[in-house]
Amino acid sequence: MLTPDLVVDLVTVAEPAGLLPARQQMALSLGWHIILACFGVAFPAMIFVVHRRGIVRDDPVALELAKRWSKVSAVLFAIGAVSGTVLSFEMGLLWPGLMGTYGDVLGLPFAFEGLSFFIEAIFLGIYLYGWGRMPPRLHLLMLLPMAVAGVVGTFCVIAVNAWMNAPTGFRLTESGEVVDVQPWAAMFNDQVWLQFAHMWVGAYLVVGLSVAGVYAVGMLRGRRDEHHRLGFLVPFVFATVAALSQPFVGHLLGLGLGDRQPAKLAAFELAETTESPSPLRIGGWYADGEVHGTIDIPVLGSILAQNSLDKPVRGLDTIPEEDHPPVNIAHWAFQSMVGIGTLLAGAVALFWLARWRGHDLLRNRWFLRFAVAAGPLAVLALESGWVATEVGRQPWVVYGYLRTEDAAGSYSGLWWLLGTTVVVYAAMTAGAVVVLRSMARRWRAGEADLPSPYGPAELAKSASTTGGER
Amino acid sequence: MSLEVMVAAALFVGVIAYAVFGGADFGSGFFDLTAGGTRRGAELRTLVDHSIGPVWEANHVWLIYVLVMWWTGFPEAFAAAMTTLVLPLLFALFGIVLRGASFAFRKYAGTLGQARLFGVVFATSSILTPFFLGAAAGAIASGRVPAEGYGDLWSSWVNPTSIFGGLIAVGTCAFLAGTFLTADAERSGQHGLAELLRDRSLVVGVVTGVLVFAALVPLLDDAPTLSDGLTGRGAPLIVISGLTGSATLALLWRRTYGPARLTAVAAVACVVAGWGIGQYPWLLVDELRIVDAAGARATLQALLIVVGLAGVIVLPLLAYLYRLTQSESWSQQR
Repeated sequence: MLTPDLVVDLVTVAEPAGLLPARQQMALSLGWHIILACFGVAFPAMIFVVHRRGIVRDDPVALELAKRWSKVSAVLFAIGAVSGTVLSFEMGLLWPGLMGTYGDVLGLPFAFEGLSFFIEAIFLGIYLYGWGRMPPRLHLLMLLPMAVAGVVGTFCVIAVNAWMNAPTGFRLTESGEVVDVQPWAAMFNDQVWLQFAHMWVGAYLVVGLSVAGVYAVGMLRGRRDEHHRLGFLVPFVFATVAALSQPFVGHLLGLGLGDRQPAKLAAFELAETTESPSPLRIGGWYADGEVHGTIDIPVLGSILAQNSLDKPVRGLDTIPEEDHPPVNIAHWAFQSMVGIGTLLAGAVALFWLARWRGHDLLRNRWFLRFAVAAGPLAVLALESGWVATEVGRQPWVVYGYLRTEDAAGSYSGLWWLLGTTVVVYAAMTAGAVVVLRSMARRWRAGEADLPSPYGPAELAKSASTTGGER
Repeated sequence: MSLEVMVAAALFVGVIAYAVFGGADFGSGFFDLTAGGTRRGAELRTLVDHSIGPVWEANHVWLIYVLVMWWTGFPEAFAAAMTTLVLPLLFALFGIVLRGASFAFRKYAGTLGQARLFGVVFATSSILTPFFLGAAAGAIASGRVPAEGYGDLWSSWVNPTSIFGGLIAVGTCAFLAGTFLTADAERSGQHGLAELLRDRSLVVGVVTGVLVFAALVPLLDDAPTLSDGLTGRGAPLIVISGLTGSATLALLWRRTYGPARLTAVAAVACVVAGWGIGQYPWLLVDELRIVDAAGARATLQALLIVVGLAGVIVLPLLAYLYRLTQSESWSQQR
């Protein structure tokens, strides 16, 4: 969407040639990885619930779900691991100005993230290959360290991002040297807990609705058995808790944003001038210092952003032009996130309300259609949230200390890298879709173990069938 | 030992662990690629799946550990290496992505055709990735990464030390994988397969051993600082590596596959450690010393806490994982 101020941003601001492709590269690889990271964080807990039910209640349907989900996670976690590695390299390759200068300030949480990644990978290996090889209850317990490590890992990665928004734990000298480094203070910065909570809940929302959506598709196609009911409900319960709590977490996270990052809040709220009380501006765009085409709801902007009836949102006109983020992208991304989040919270509330009144919405084809769309919608909200916070922080990478253009490397040829990455990621996406669909197809056809097609047993089988046909 | 050197040592332990354990996973790509046609290679490829499937992701984390320790402990040296070694690192990175993704995809592929495609990508990228990582190591070891970064994009890693570094990396990976796969095949009762793997591992081992010692000659000219270190302080390690490498060949020859795994690990670990000791006290050879490259002291101390935690938590768990996957009951194919 090339809105006017974005075009102006692109054309008039003199920036290093490598900056734009580096940004797009980071956005693509981060935006792709974050979806899989959500599965790493939230999926083990859901698998645990069905696996435990399968063992404790001797429920074969639940146990079968756990087996299938663990195979799915084998595929998802593998591409999650490698796409996470891409990010590690890109931190240095694309942003040497950030890592060279601030590496020892921001690095500690990454070191802890490495630890939790170790634990996750070790127990993943044991869990995936432990089916039928370990005592069942011990095998089940292997999921718990995975789930915990996923949460700790989220905290660590978010700690770095929160630090970029609210930098602390160091001092800059007159000559721009970083001194008095306090890595623990940087890790446990003011923003980390709420930002972590927001992402953690978001991960459960994305995974819960995405997995539930798969079984909603099955029900729409007439597969209405216990397998589909349970496969829908377990992730949907997780998603319900997440969807209902996320608006509150998000609201708490947003409080004080006007003091911390006034330009970001002004962009979110499309506040051109400071108005008391501020309205909530829905939609619209910002061009040449003017706001156009919004639907204004009086006072609500002050209430939502400042928790006050009259405290204003500071206007963009009070902030130097060169410190403005790309206003329209931040505004639209923020409102998409909030809008979708509200819609999803309303939908899950409606489902349980209807159920309480004795209506099962799983019998309603329109609700099922919505449930199918809810997964992609949650992903869209997640991506929008990241775009809002990252674009809204611009032009800073370390807010108030280091501009993004000073963090970027001075290379030529980064567009080639971006092009190659697009091709590789597209291929990886296609590969994952093809493989996961083929797994689903074979499961529906009654296969359970999904042996690899190139194994000796399978080859012998296919040889005998083709021989028989001849 | 100073704080800086302790952190550098902890970082280098990660390099050795990645070279050994990550290396064995990459090396299986060589045997996968050379396994022969679909039917002839079926048994070997299934063994590769079974052998590295449960452990490759855990082993891969050593790379993350190395990167994180490096940029947190020695940020400027990290930025210097990254801005210079853009190309080999990106090639390695694409290899890592393609290897991991296609390995997982192949196992669950729906058709033989798809499995073949994923298999070729998996095996080829497994062979190429260590080459580029080894070439990047060669660039640092031969003093081609300037302290201020942005060294030459090509000549930094297209040079004798880097080429030998890359080839040695490919060779050691395949050698490790060979001994591990041979032992795995024997343990799961696939004696014919074990024989085949034994023969190939012997060839790979001889070639790699010759490569390692042949590399010492061009290094005299191309990487004088490193070659001084290798023939001086690092010499005992190179000698031990030669002895344990030969012992591995002898053990493979005599079909005592279990102990061969240990000597192979020792041989590769000693080569890599020899490089590290050989280039001490430099972090970027001839450019930046470890003590001068280090970041804030408070951060280095915090990193040592993380390393301590890793020692207490991660190492026993890794040992548990290896013990499980190398045990009798896990070796049966199912």
